[in-house]
Amino acid sequence: MSESASASAGHRRAQRHLPLQILLGFLVIYFLVPFWWVVVNSSKDAPGLFGGGNTLWFADQVDYLGNLRQLFTYDGGIYLRWLLNSTLYALAGGIGATVLAVMAGYGFAKYRFAARRFSFAVVLGALMVPATALVIPTFIMFAQLGLTNTVWAVILPSLLNPFGVYLMHVYARDAVPDEILDAARADGAGEIRTFLQIALPLMRPAVVTVLLLSAVASWNNYFLPLAMLSDNRLFPVTVGLGLWQGVASGNNAGGTSLWSLIILGSLVSVIPLIIAFFSLQRHWRGGLSVGGLR
Amino acid sequence: MTSITEKRAPRTHHDKRKTRGTIQRREHLTGWLFVGPFGVVFLAFLIAPLGYALYLSLFQKKLIGGTSFVLFDNYVKAFTDPSFLSGAWFVIRFALVAIPVQIGVALAMALILDAVTSLFTRFSRLMIFLPYAIPTVIGAVMWGFLYSKSFGPLTDVFGFFGATAPDFLSNNLIFYGLLNIVTWQWAGYYMIILYAALQGIDPTLYEAARMDGAGRWQVARRIKIPLIAPALILILVFSLIGTLQFFNEPQILRYLAAGTIGSDFTPNMYAYQQAFGLANFNYGSAISFALGGVVFICVYAFLFFTRKRRSFL
Repeated sequence: MSESASASAGHRRAQRHLPLQILLGFLVIYFLVPFWWVVVNSSKDAPGLFGGGNTLWFADQVDYLGNLRQLFTYDGGIYLRWLLNSTLYALAGGIGATVLAVMAGYGFAKYRFAARRFSFAVVLGALMVPATALVIPTFIMFAQLGLTNTVWAVILPSLLNPFGVYLMHVYARDAVPDEILDAARADGAGEIRTFLQIALPLMRPAVVTVLLLSAVASWNNYFLPLAMLSDNRLFPVTVGLGLWQGVASGNNAGGTSLWSLIILGSLVSVIPLIIAFFSLQRHWRGGLSVGGLR
Repeated sequence: MTSITEKRAPRTHHDKRKTRGTIQRREHLTGWLFVGPFGVVFLAFLIAPLGYALYLSLFQKKLIGGTSFVLFDNYVKAFTDPSFLSGAWFVIRFALVAIPVQIGVALAMALILDAVTSLFTRFSRLMIFLPYAIPTVIGAVMWGFLYSKSFGPLTDVFGFFGATAPDFLSNNLIFYGLLNIVTWQWAGYYMIILYAALQGIDPTLYEAARMDGAGRWQVARRIKIPLIAPALILILVFSLIGTLQFFNEPQILRYLAAGTIGSDFTPNMYAYQQAFGLANFNYGSAISFALGGVVFICVYAFLFFTRKRRSFL
């Protein structure tokens, strides 16, 4: 990298940089290989999968529709349920965590209240607490309240997002000038109205970023639902596919048909998030730089 | 704060005092109103569980005699338990290798993408970021397929060159198998954060450096990297916390790599096994807490180290 960079040092305009672009090309291939494998192999049936054909290319028979039908009807359509559960957990956890984080971040940035510094220091300290260390005691607390094995056991702990508070604090401090808030107050707007109509629009990029980060965290969560839920009809798709994988690895003969379901299931489960990320790209990119800049 | 009171402060001295007090009280109140809802969740799902875990970890449950207070016995047990120690040693070793690799790859990619602008680099940026949108569990499942001897491509690819495929699920290579998965999963995300930080640098700085005869490589090393140091440190801290808590990937690969990954492979897996496999919540909590302690010490040691180094920059 250093050679090609210094070789082009004299030129001012960005030009081809062929070696760098080729290097980048290899990296892109590396990052895409698992997707390619999954796309190719989810078109195969069990014989195609285990028949010893080319593992990185399509078999003679390409049967996405048949496999999809199998995936969504297997075990009474449990896979679709898992997808819907994941969506519920991601939306409820994501939106809830974002609302709380935006309010708290704004409060920390714009009001001088008692114990503010201390509270904020505690929130920052919480960033260091391993999230999984909380799962065991939370499980016992929820068990006593009869909340384990319900959707609440997954949603409620997901509402906690200290990093979101930190991100919103930094963003609100810089992007929302005190003068505008004072002007709004002088015009007779209440604190809530000032927040909703003046501050919130100014904080939009950070809000979208925190929303995406919290929703992704909930969607990706594995340890928490794995510990909390025992009814497989409440599983999110991560725990469900993990379950299938355990079953398929456990019995070598009977598991073969399950493998093609797992492969297609992984592919289908990643599509919603990829779409969400790419369609919202414009919005979250601006917010992401905030956390890193300070 | 002062600007608010000044603008609204009425004329007379007496009134002024009174109003300032009310406004201050109101600001306290509204401030807490905004922070309060988060505070409730914070207390309920962070402070309370932490306190409860600490409490639980001070007890032992025995078949005969029931539950008894044992103070730090569980911790003494944990720090002399070969299962916990080997798991802790594994995640520390893994962090020492995986974090520099991930961040090195991310930084290199971010610098390239920042320096070269073309349609292809824009496309690459998205593709490299793509794995972040994949749940770690699904990522591990996908790589498990690729490593698999029965339907993975490694046998074909290495067979083509007349070599035997490495088994990334074997005892010797599982470290690298996991290293590859986490790099694939996280490098793109770190790259995006670093890239965003790089894009925030004032371009006139490069202009000035070029006037002084600095090459691209020098600009990257002397200007770009020092200026994004805060972003680098943020990423390092997060990846350190995440890596020490390693759970999802080895837990998923366990099924495929039977015999290689035991239930005590990482401290988190061991805590899970103790709590939910053996219903030994007291010891499970002690392990979680001990792991939390290890994370805390590592993060603070790291922050201390970088603070010292940054003062030299």
